[in-house]
Amino acid sequence: MMLSVRGVAKKFGGLQAVADVSFAIGVGEIVALIGPNGAGKTTMFSLIAGFIAPDSGTIEFDGADITALAPHRIAARGLVRTFQTAQPFARLTVARNIAVGAHLHLVSRAAALRHAAEIAERVGLGKLLDQPASELTVAGRKRLELARALATRPRLLLLDEVMAGLNPAEIDAIVPVIFAIRDSGVTLLLTEHVMRAVMRLSDRALVLNEGRLIAAGTPQQVAADPAVIEAYLGRGAARQPDAALTDG
Amino acid sequence: MVEAAIIVPAILNGLTTGAVYALVAVGLTLIYGVLHIINFAHGALLMVALYGVYFLHALGGVDPYLALPIMIPAMFALGYGLQRFVIGRASHGKDENVMLVTLGLAIVIENLALYLWSSDTRTIDTPYGFSTVDFGVALIAVPKLIAFAGALLLTLALWALMRWTDLGKAIRAVAKERRGAALVGIDIEHLYAMSFGIGIACLGAAACLLLPSYYASPHIGSAFVLIAFTIVVLGGMGSFVGALVGGLIIGVTESVGGLFLGDSLGQLGVFLIFIAVLLFRPTGLFGQKA
Amino acid sequence: MKSGAAILIVLAALLPVPWLVHSDFWLNFAVLALYYGFLGQSWNILGGFGGQFSFGHAAFFGTGAYAAAVLQLRFGVNPWLALVLAGVAGAAMGAIVGALSFRYGLRGSYFALVTLAFAEVLRILADSLGFTGAGVGLQIPLHQSAANFQFATKTGFYFTILGLTALGLGVVWAIEHSRFGARLAAVRDSEEAAQALGVDVFRTKLIAITLSAALMALGGTFYLQYFLFIDPDIAFGPQVSIAALLAPIVGGLGTLFGPLLGAVALQLLNEISESAIGSAPGLNLVLYGVILILIIAFLPEGIFGLARLRTRLRGVMRRPA
Repeated sequence: MMLSVRGVAKKFGGLQAVADVSFAIGVGEIVALIGPNGAGKTTMFSLIAGFIAPDSGTIEFDGADITALAPHRIAARGLVRTFQTAQPFARLTVARNIAVGAHLHLVSRAAALRHAAEIAERVGLGKLLDQPASELTVAGRKRLELARALATRPRLLLLDEVMAGLNPAEIDAIVPVIFAIRDSGVTLLLTEHVMRAVMRLSDRALVLNEGRLIAAGTPQQVAADPAVIEAYLGRGAARQPDAALTDG
Repeated sequence: MVEAAIIVPAILNGLTTGAVYALVAVGLTLIYGVLHIINFAHGALLMVALYGVYFLHALGGVDPYLALPIMIPAMFALGYGLQRFVIGRASHGKDENVMLVTLGLAIVIENLALYLWSSDTRTIDTPYGFSTVDFGVALIAVPKLIAFAGALLLTLALWALMRWTDLGKAIRAVAKERRGAALVGIDIEHLYAMSFGIGIACLGAAACLLLPSYYASPHIGSAFVLIAFTIVVLGGMGSFVGALVGGLIIGVTESVGGLFLGDSLGQLGVFLIFIAVLLFRPTGLFGQKA
Repeated sequence: MKSGAAILIVLAALLPVPWLVHSDFWLNFAVLALYYGFLGQSWNILGGFGGQFSFGHAAFFGTGAYAAAVLQLRFGVNPWLALVLAGVAGAAMGAIVGALSFRYGLRGSYFALVTLAFAEVLRILADSLGFTGAGVGLQIPLHQSAANFQFATKTGFYFTILGLTALGLGVVWAIEHSRFGARLAAVRDSEEAAQALGVDVFRTKLIAITLSAALMALGGTFYLQYFLFIDPDIAFGPQVSIAALLAPIVGGLGTLFGPLLGAVALQLLNEISESAIGSAPGLNLVLYGVILILIIAFLPEGIFGLARLRTRLRGVMRRPA
């Protein structure tokens, strides 16, 4: 098991953001964590990556307990996350942004920049290496988030809504990139709202609603699950004759 | 064992100074609460106000307390103008820029004062300057008592303004939700300037209450800035009650500290409290968690 | 042009100044310009490259100056050795301030405030304690000799500060070309993203403030040797803190030559204003304050930002719409 989450819970003031969530991810899987807005997906990511400490439960990465570790230590072990709202290093170029990730394992500046160029090529940013990161489009920033994380040579990558803000053409362009990442030996956990991407990409889907895991299975199974449909579309929606989850 | 006869007057004097500090701090906390800026020029502006009161007295024979209705609007106008035409424009809204712009203002104001009025300390003599009131345990100077009462009243008045007037409600709206306030037609730039103006007007009032028992000199701005920040951070950024309570605590700390360690080391206690609060409880006594 | 080559060219150009300049006045100008440039470079490491604005950098300046003074006066340590030890003392003070401030996550204005407080605490201590000479300060007795870090002419001081300038440029060049520098820039631009990429934010900031403080302490020691007198206000007062941040902001934050350029520009402005309006106490600082506001308002990236603006504008013109 690459990642093992057991009984994790987190409360913010009066709100139970995540309640008793348990799941596991195997090596080489692409797993999608889905659910309506406010379900707790990003909180879950922050918990796994060490940005927030859970109230209870444990998180194990590749057999080691990482529950109480600081985010940079977790990243150093190979578990890296991206951010829903892209956070580029605004005053640096694309190349230098990616190089920061490369520096996790490379000391030499030159080597890091070379590695950054390779990663940029894989992700489609090869022509924009000298562009200031602040001048990228939304799609560009998303790719930059991906590239930076990739440069750290992760074993498990948490992609937080990497498709958000992309038009269908851009989504179609990034899907093969993600498959290629998996093929290169990286396990992926992604949160996503874009259903067609979830269907195409993921081996398995986990559904969160109001902090609880309400369904798990293949994307097709999960999309037809009445509980899941109700979570997204409201009570009674599951009883509609053509009820199913699609991008509408 | 320290005798009550020594420590009680120190505490009482500390309370009177503390009340004036509170008035200074209330302005600063208002500015932070609404504009979310840390006004590094606050001390320098207090210094300007003190000179204002001084010159009104020296050149116009105006009693400092009677100068209140002059100083308050004058400092309000100064504050309004500074925020509207300098700070707001220069900083482009970025936090790090605002810091530097208010620092720049502090430098300009302080050194302009130095150039215009030299570094001589200016004091004024008032007929009641040496009168005291006997409280049994201690003799407290009349100017200090007036300062205490005046500061409390003005802080209360400010609180009432914020609570019950339309202006106060608009200001609180902008503080809580800037975009929403703009959507309902509130002129944000104007209100920001009004808030800043009110915060600086407090300095005008504080100066009138302070000068009879203190002095004016170009460099006191720097001293007051840190004390004001200590109070605001101790009391909690944006909290009026915090500024009041914090002011009193700091006033007493400074006074009692000065008693035991001498004037110069006495201030140390204040800054150590400041550092401690920033490190261990940055939200202060009454502030909200970020 | 590679920045390493640029550094060598600039240093080579500055080397013959004492022979090209024929008046003591202008040699003093050169010394002061380099001195303020050096202070600015120290601040720049934490402020420009690290993004943490300190308003109380005098805390480290004064630590160095007083350390060097006390070592010479009470322990008879050779001033050059005292220079090195002062640097160590500055580094230690930087580490303390940094460890406390960054451990508790202080940033932005709060960090600026706490540095102000530290500087003020040190000022009060220096003002009250006997071994720092209390309010009177400390005076180094005149004993001119190169070995004693007191030069009969300004030329010796010029080469010393030129050496320090080279050190400052070298340190910044090394930062810019190292992994540490890449991480520092990342921390400046987004702490969260940096953490997610494995950067130890606390440690990075701590190293930056320690380096910055060490250099600042060296600057304080230079001041001591040049003027042979230090007191609590000079050592820990706002003038030094302001001078340290002004040059990099004017010249260009987070650039190699920004502080030097800014310092020269400010010194020139100072001289011009003095000859135009006369030197009255406070006037040149008024000018500095106005410049600070104007720079933030119109040229936030400093003088170097102008060059960057031009290249970016040209780039925009060439890109298809």
